[in-house]
Amino acid sequence: MLKEENRIFKNLYNEFGWEIENAIKRNDWKNTNEIIKKGRDWIINEIKNSELRGRGGAGFSTGLKWSFAPKKVGSRPHYLVINADESEPGTCKDRDILRFEPQKLIEGCLIAGYAVNAHVCYIYIRGEYLKEGQRLQEAINQAYEKKFLGKNAANSGWDFDIHIHYGAGAYICGEETALLESLEGNKGQPRLKPPFPALVGLYGSPTIVNNVETIAVVPTILKKGSDWFKSIGKPKNTGTKIFCISGNVNKPCNVEEEMGIPLKELIESYAGGVQGGWDNLQAVIPGGSSMPLLPKKICDTITMDFDSLIENKSGLGTAGIVVINKDQDILACMARIARFYKHESCGQCTPCREGSGWMWRILERARKGDATHSDINLLDDVTKQIEGHTICAFGEGSAWPVQGLLRHFRKEIDKRCSNDPLIKKKKDVPYLIDQHLLEKKNA
Amino acid sequence: MSLKKVYENQPKDFVFTETNLKLAEEILKKYPNKNKKSAVMPFLYLAQKQNNNWIPLAAIKYIGKYLSMPYIRVYEIATFYSMYNLAPVGKNFFQVCTTSPCLLRGAAKIVEVCKNKISKKENEVSKDGLFSWMEVECLGACVNAPVIQINDDYFEDLDEKSTTKIIESLQNNKPLKPGSFRGRKNTAPEKSYKISGDQNA
Repeated sequence: MLKEENRIFKNLYNEFGWEIENAIKRNDWKNTNEIIKKGRDWIINEIKNSELRGRGGAGFSTGLKWSFAPKKVGSRPHYLVINADESEPGTCKDRDILRFEPQKLIEGCLIAGYAVNAHVCYIYIRGEYLKEGQRLQEAINQAYEKKFLGKNAANSGWDFDIHIHYGAGAYICGEETALLESLEGNKGQPRLKPPFPALVGLYGSPTIVNNVETIAVVPTILKKGSDWFKSIGKPKNTGTKIFCISGNVNKPCNVEEEMGIPLKELIESYAGGVQGGWDNLQAVIPGGSSMPLLPKKICDTITMDFDSLIENKSGLGTAGIVVINKDQDILACMARIARFYKHESCGQCTPCREGSGWMWRILERARKGDATHSDINLLDDVTKQIEGHTICAFGEGSAWPVQGLLRHFRKEIDKRCSNDPLIKKKKDVPYLIDQHLLEKKNA
Repeated sequence: MSLKKVYENQPKDFVFTETNLKLAEEILKKYPNKNKKSAVMPFLYLAQKQNNNWIPLAAIKYIGKYLSMPYIRVYEIATFYSMYNLAPVGKNFFQVCTTSPCLLRGAAKIVEVCKNKISKKENEVSKDGLFSWMEVECLGACVNAPVIQINDDYFEDLDEKSTTKIIESLQNNKPLKPGSFRGRKNTAPEKSYKISGDQNA
């Protein structure tokens, strides 16, 4: 359990006020200029030493990412871009940071901007978070008034400006290169990598893209020291993390805890337990919808950190925990997730564009009990055809949850998919057209 | 990528109002001079706000000219992103989240309420012009599920009763406050809450 003094986001529920005066009372903007005066190399080394891993899903070392930015500014300016396009189902941590701890984010932006040689920072917020964006803008204005931003920001000798850019309801814009495309005024379709954004990013300039939570913990790490951060959690999975516990729990909530906390403890002590008791648990999606689900047997003992979840063929992702109890139909739940991916595919790569719809249609058939024996093998095959054959990780994101379902609930699906092949039964199931469009003419 | 239909009765002209022109100039300052194109998304929002929450084709043309972009580049953006409405919506535009975390907590029932109280079909403006509704993907407020976004505001922790209440309050022109409808503070765990244990998915 996390000790109170180690908590980073003290105002997660807005109990103490988000305004800059209250934030300063919580030690935000304290000695920021001294940190910056220690120099770039010190900051990057300190972050590397803290073993902070990106909180946006991939879990890449933040310090290492920053060190990829060119050391000297060439003909093009550097940019810092903050990814606040939080759209992963099950995740709502960045929303609370934007609403209630904006100064932590803004201070982090200044430090990170200095570390990667950027004078301009864009914060890309999803369009639905309009109110959160307005709140952040107010916080930015307050920071300008206190001279923490602008020319010679916070007396550090570094000029720094922050701009907000709204997305417009595209999940794919959470992918860093799609986000950059969107910021440039194009459709949000991911770019091929390499070149990586650290060298060729926004407007062709070196760009570092980081998640909101990653940047918001940076000031606290530098103030309290990387060894303090390393002492929390597990080796290679250090620090604290905001977990979002939703679904069939008695008290769904956001909570900051240390990495490596057992899942059962997290659900029972904060979220009031599973509806109907722990024995009523069917499965848990541990890291937002694109991570494969875990059955109860694994949930009994699993700890919530990057490495132990990878060992169990899942992932921490964004730490959006979705609890599914035995009253729910697991197939309906996963079919809905497949529909989400079908809806959100950007349409650039064929395997994902076609495959995501294919997976949804098969799962929907299976849910209704219309599927045949061979459908389930076909489904497995489709997921393998998508995975690894797309430009961005959306392909994996849509295929993994289905693979997880097949891995752990094969028996359940086999029971439902008991129809004989179509030719024998003469059942009219449209294969080649999109059922979704048939059902809803105005879709 | 979602399928969108462009409205049949299009207005002929569109120009930004003077206040919006000023706002547009402010927006352009955010981006480097060479990269005016970046402003296309905020501009589309401005146009949508000016024109009763939907974007006519004339506005797409106008923005294309303003930013010296080909018409098709603006058009593809307006159709790619789901938050740009290309046909009129109700004065109170209900966006009901139905992705799994909300589904597990009963979003399907809320969709039923919308079907009964507003209109049978999605994207159909009710007779009085006050309402329209649609299903949307994850709104990013999963611990407050189920959620509806009405215009810009999030209404959280809903059930059938509270959704009906919200619709009635808007009919009577006495809008309720957005936020949680179980009286909890933001995303904090509730002190006492009775388990419903329903079969939702």
